[in-house]
Amino acid sequence: MSYVINIFRKIGVGMALFIQSLVNGLNQGAIYALIALGYTMVYGIIRMINFAHGDFIMVGSYTLFYTIPLMIRTGMPPWMAVFIAIGVCIIVGVSVEVIAYRPVRKAGSMTALITALAMSLFLENLAMVVFGANPKSVTAIFNLPALNFLGAKLQVKYLITLGIGLVIMIALQLFVKYTKLGKGMRAVPQDKQAATLMGIKVNNIITITFAIGSALAAVAALMYCSTYPRATTDMGSMMGLKAFIAAVLGGIGSIPGAMIGGLIVGLVEILVKVYVAPSWYEAITYSLLIIVLIVKPTGILGKNIGEKV
Amino acid sequence: MNKIQNKKWAYIINFIGICILFSLLMILFNSGILGTSTNYVKGILTTACYTIIMVASLNLLTGFMGEFSLGHAGFMSVGAYSSAIITNMLVDKGIPDIILFVIALIVGGFAAAITGTLVGIPALRLRGDYLAIVTIAFAEIIRVAFTNFAITGGGRTMSGITKLSKFSWCFWVMVICVTFMYMYVRSRFGRTVIAIREDYIASAASGINVTFYKVLTFTISAFFAGVAGAMYAHYMTAMIPTNFSFMYSAEFLTEVIIGGTGSLTGSIMGAIFLSALPELMRDFSNYRMLAYSVVLLLVMIFKPSGIFGTYEFSLTGALSRLFHKKEKGKGGAADE
Repeated sequence: MSYVINIFRKIGVGMALFIQSLVNGLNQGAIYALIALGYTMVYGIIRMINFAHGDFIMVGSYTLFYTIPLMIRTGMPPWMAVFIAIGVCIIVGVSVEVIAYRPVRKAGSMTALITALAMSLFLENLAMVVFGANPKSVTAIFNLPALNFLGAKLQVKYLITLGIGLVIMIALQLFVKYTKLGKGMRAVPQDKQAATLMGIKVNNIITITFAIGSALAAVAALMYCSTYPRATTDMGSMMGLKAFIAAVLGGIGSIPGAMIGGLIVGLVEILVKVYVAPSWYEAITYSLLIIVLIVKPTGILGKNIGEKV
Repeated sequence: MNKIQNKKWAYIINFIGICILFSLLMILFNSGILGTSTNYVKGILTTACYTIIMVASLNLLTGFMGEFSLGHAGFMSVGAYSSAIITNMLVDKGIPDIILFVIALIVGGFAAAITGTLVGIPALRLRGDYLAIVTIAFAEIIRVAFTNFAITGGGRTMSGITKLSKFSWCFWVMVICVTFMYMYVRSRFGRTVIAIREDYIASAASGINVTFYKVLTFTISAFFAGVAGAMYAHYMTAMIPTNFSFMYSAEFLTEVIIGGTGSLTGSIMGAIFLSALPELMRDFSNYRMLAYSVVLLLVMIFKPSGIFGTYEFSLTGALSRLFHKKEKGKGGAADE
């Protein structure tokens, strides 16, 4: 009899662990998805991997580190700091675009890629000089209890993160589909010259794309800091790389694709960490990218574009 | 006939030039002019030697093949770890140091070359941005693997590697490697690779096996990265997988780009300058990468082909120009 109870208990514990990992994975995935959106939008419009995008998250996190105590002192809820972070990130993102990317836009993809890489190195090392090499611990953003669900402890903040991610994703999709600006954003990558002739200001559209991407990076920074309350100078590059993997996996240029890709990468990462091989999970994420790129380079939702001679 | 003889002469004159440079350096070290800092300067120059090999090998890909590798440090680590494991096994067998060093270099090179082929065959189906991302991914996988294997220290520092990288040996290895790469670029293979860079569809249409040449170049590049890695391991005598991170790869790429894509001279100058620079400004080590990135940005905006562009320094050319000025009308090989 006790044997049977033991089995049931084991199943129960297993289930709880599974649900917990699932929620953790979805939380991680929502963060990746938000970052992936920034990559996907910029890549979709100017065909360039914005390596510095990951570092916008770093900028956002440091902004949160400095503004959250300020918010608490003035008696406002700590998450309001995200608005300041959004502002800072937009300023950084737009200035990166105007100062560094705009002059090299016509010079070819290799130059653009190196410029983006240089910008990423610049932001990281500037942060190193300004903030120092030691990680900073960010004050807790949400003080919420953990829910008990089928024996699993669910952090409410994870559910909030997931919710914010979904809402932003849907809002963005509607924005791109139905507003004038959104239509412009879709028109520019299709045919730049025709778009110019139709009265779309290409440069403005690109700048707005960068602004939106950077704002999303700030929100991602809030979500990241509520999960892992630490800001380091090199947090951006590796997270950015994984988010880029998510964007490629979902099909670059596609907004729902970024969401799907992000959630898959997050889930795979957490589940591998828990169930398969804790120290190998990064290798598995990268292998995922390699397999996708070799088998279906356009990703899950991407469209096939043939090469013209 | 005349052309071949000129070529032979060029090699001989360059060889003499290198010998003169080497003996000058040796005189400098042995005369004791530098005093106590002799070993320090020797160390910097040894660093410069393996950096030159790394940067030149990366330039084979970036400059001559027109593709990116942002994971070159990964191949370097393969060379470094495999050679270190081999020398650790052979160190007590009474083999003379120089032979052990050569074995280490060859093992490191071939291990990296095999990895390069295995990575290259799937990865080189992609081009441009995607290839760059995939090379990062491969380098990260290699790094994670080295952090998990017990034989490579299991994530901790692997120390106690025999110190074999003497400056004079490293210098000649560097000369041989750079000469080989130069010859490769100037050979039929190199010309084919440049044709692929210019227009891969046209080259494929004229019967060139694009994939074969790409993988070949990738393998050769990885081989030299492995040799440089072996040198690194036996110079540093201790290493940890995180040394070979994305940042290190990015540093090499920076040096290639600043020096000039498609110019081995540029790579050599870039590597020497940028490995001496951090030593010159030790106190500002925080600002080093910041300065690199600013320079890189400025180079990209104002001179995207790098400082040297595709210019190659030629000793014979310089000499003949010199003689041409002195003895006008006599210089025969002035058009070389």
